[in-house]
Amino acid sequence: MITRLRIIGKSGLDWLSVCGRSGVFIAHSLCGVPNVRKGLPLLLKQLYAVGVLSLPIIIVSGLFIGMVMSLQGYSILVDYGSEQAVGQMVSLSLVRELGPVVTALLFAGRAGSSLTAEIGLMKATEQITSLEMLGVDPLRYVMAPRLLAGFIALPLLTLIFNVVGIWGGALVAVDWLGVYDGSFWANMQAATDFRTDVVNGMVKSIAFAFVVTWIAVFQGHDLTPTSEGIGRATTKTVVYSSLAVLGLDFVLTAVMFGDF
Amino acid sequence: MDMQDNSANIIEIRGLTFFRGDRLIFDDIDMDIRRGQITAIMGPSGTGKTTLMRLITGQIKPDAGTIMVDGENISTLQRNDLYRVRRKMGMLFQSGALFTDRTVYENVAFPLREHTNFTETMIRDLVLMKLESVGLRGARDLLPSELSGGMTRRAALARTIALDPGMVLYDEPFAGQDPIGMGVLLELIKLLNSALGLTSVVVSHDIHETASIADQLYVLSQGKVIGTGAPSQLMDSDNKMVAQFMKGEPDGPVPFHYPAHDYFDDLLGGGEM
Repeated sequence: MITRLRIIGKSGLDWLSVCGRSGVFIAHSLCGVPNVRKGLPLLLKQLYAVGVLSLPIIIVSGLFIGMVMSLQGYSILVDYGSEQAVGQMVSLSLVRELGPVVTALLFAGRAGSSLTAEIGLMKATEQITSLEMLGVDPLRYVMAPRLLAGFIALPLLTLIFNVVGIWGGALVAVDWLGVYDGSFWANMQAATDFRTDVVNGMVKSIAFAFVVTWIAVFQGHDLTPTSEGIGRATTKTVVYSSLAVLGLDFVLTAVMFGDF
Repeated sequence: MDMQDNSANIIEIRGLTFFRGDRLIFDDIDMDIRRGQITAIMGPSGTGKTTLMRLITGQIKPDAGTIMVDGENISTLQRNDLYRVRRKMGMLFQSGALFTDRTVYENVAFPLREHTNFTETMIRDLVLMKLESVGLRGARDLLPSELSGGMTRRAALARTIALDPGMVLYDEPFAGQDPIGMGVLLELIKLLNSALGLTSVVVSHDIHETASIADQLYVLSQGKVIGTGAPSQLMDSDNKMVAQFMKGEPDGPVPFHYPAHDYFDDLLGGGEM
């Protein structure tokens, strides 16, 4: 009994200390005056790695999700003779929910895991320590550009995902299933509000960007520099980010759209 | 304020105690490293030689005792001061730790670009001079993955001395080197020490090679300094532990066996693990 209590207490303490370390980590990485001349090239390189290289998976997924939603929506709505509402259904579900959430999940799998593995391997090969010994703070040199790149890239990817998804939806509904394109687009425009739908969706996406990138970079920074350690940290990044995104999505949705 | 202390010792360690988990790594040790000399820290594997390097460079903090580096207590320094002090020392890692995404030239230029406002022409000249001194001027465009083990270490050495530090710490510089590579590194350490007026600290367990260049030796074992002095003094030491280490005897005061239960009991103990 005592042993069990001790184990619970220890894991609680460990968890608290990880939270504390990650807080200190992000504060050290992001506080202070950035050096634009030296920092900008590093940031651009990371934006390319996490943003531009994630484009293919985001575009293809967005296209298919938009197409599938349109197809499913049509097959139900057509029974009630209201297939023109497909446009608003596709746009609302994408902009409010699917866009931010699916993009964040894909981003965690594609970019988050590679951030963790890359930093982990730099740690295992003593590159992080050698930066410290050369008098260069790795938090500012390695971690900060990656964190910022994630914060910037994910909301932009979400926008692209939404646009491609809506285009995919229109492709199926209008060009294939023959929904009248005037009512498809008009319904969509009438139902989608910039403030409640688009802005709220982007706020979600900014929150997810923060959480996913923080988890990914911190896991890389905090891992045990062995093969198993890197493997475990990469898995943790994907699992924790996905859970955090889904949990946070519920909370944010309740705050934004909940009526209480 | 940059305090410059010109006393004879560049590093003074007093009462250093360090635990890793529950294991005592250093038990109240004292150590002095003299300016301008080559000091070797030796000892069997697992005595915490690399840990000592990490303590000296402030990567980890001691549980008790002080480590003064050039007049500053390294374990109480703030983050920014620590980085300032580290620019005065260079460290050569066992793996070299070159940045794998940059060429040899870019690796050596890195500390210059980060810490100075030199023009590209000046940086180029300095990098080529450092590379020439380790014999790798011709390899400047190669990536670290294209270098051999010895070349990697020499390229890393060029990067370490790029900012002309006052002190260079070498972590196992001879490990895994062929005889030629080892000879080259020995010669380089000696040459750089005298030509650049450096203080060198070499952590190693290659006794004869290290003893041939060192002015002073420290032998560590089981958390204590068991011997100190010039190499010739230690070779004739009365201390059995020091003698065992210097002569490379397999068994003696430093046991061959990891501590275990009685062998006989263990074998007859059946399935008990």
